Amino acid sequence: MVNLDQSIVGVSGEVFSFEVEKRHIRQFAHAIGDRNPLYTDQNYAENTFYGGLIAPPTFPVAISSEGGGLPLTLDERRMLHGEQEFIYYKPIRPGDRLSCQMKVTDLYEKEGKSGTMQFLVIDTEMKDEAGEMVVISRMNIVYRPLPR
Amino acid sequence: MLEYKELKEGQVLEPLTKEPVTKVQLVQYAGASGDFNPLHTDDEFAKSIGMNGVIAHGMLVMGFLGEYVMKLAGTNAETTRFRMRFGAMTRPGDVITCSAVVKELYEEAGKKYVSLSLTAAKSSEETVGSGQAVLKFY
Repeated sequence: MVNLDQSIVGVSGEVFSFEVEKRHIRQFAHAIGDRNPLYTDQNYAENTFYGGLIAPPTFPVAISSEGGGLPLTLDERRMLHGEQEFIYYKPIRPGDRLSCQMKVTDLYEKEGKSGTMQFLVIDTEMKDEAGEMVVISRMNIVYRPLPR
Repeated sequence: MLEYKELKEGQVLEPLTKEPVTKVQLVQYAGASGDFNPLHTDDEFAKSIGMNGVIAHGMLVMGFLGEYVMKLAGTNAETTRFRMRFGAMTRPGDVITCSAVVKELYEEAGKKYVSLSLTAAKSSEETVGSGQAVLKFY
């Protein structure tokens, strides 16, 4: 079986732009059943240290899904989303225009029950219009051997 | 809402129990997140690949933990890192409870931080997600 090799580390997708809409934030929070007023109540949010409405902490997943992916041929049947991490620099706010890019940042191996398992780390960096980092969304993908 | 000065390492925090997951919620989450994998919304498709029916998006469960973390942080603290490892599958009807233990209290560059160990589990106590969040206090 062909495994991934280190040459994929550093491969990046095209930069894409994402506009954060108030309505999208509300729908996202509603789907989770999260009634935190920081996402929907302007007056409330303005009177906190945030100074205005923000997006829920897992909202970057809705941003990542807009991206065009990576210029790589990966076997989706072998991919399992094992872990997800977010590293926050600034809150995401309605009206933000984020400039986003997906990158392969690591590839490592571990011995598993069904042979050597590969782990792929894919970051989506999201920056504001000033070019400052807002959030990094880090996916850890298990690249499993297929059952014979 | 957590107060930094009242926290102790090893302290178990008040949990959050969510309403049962519904199929409508999975459709709402698919729309809001842009993850339209039919495994989460189409029972026939799910059965065709050997499942009993649709399962929840792993990221919806992380969304529950995110709700919990932000409730704990309230307007006293900001989340700086948040991660989750996916565990057992969540199905419609499952009731998920989010819980946390204070792992570490520390100061860095004059700011106070707390790291929390997080668990999302079904009523059967099967873990659907485990993770960690770091809060920075103001």
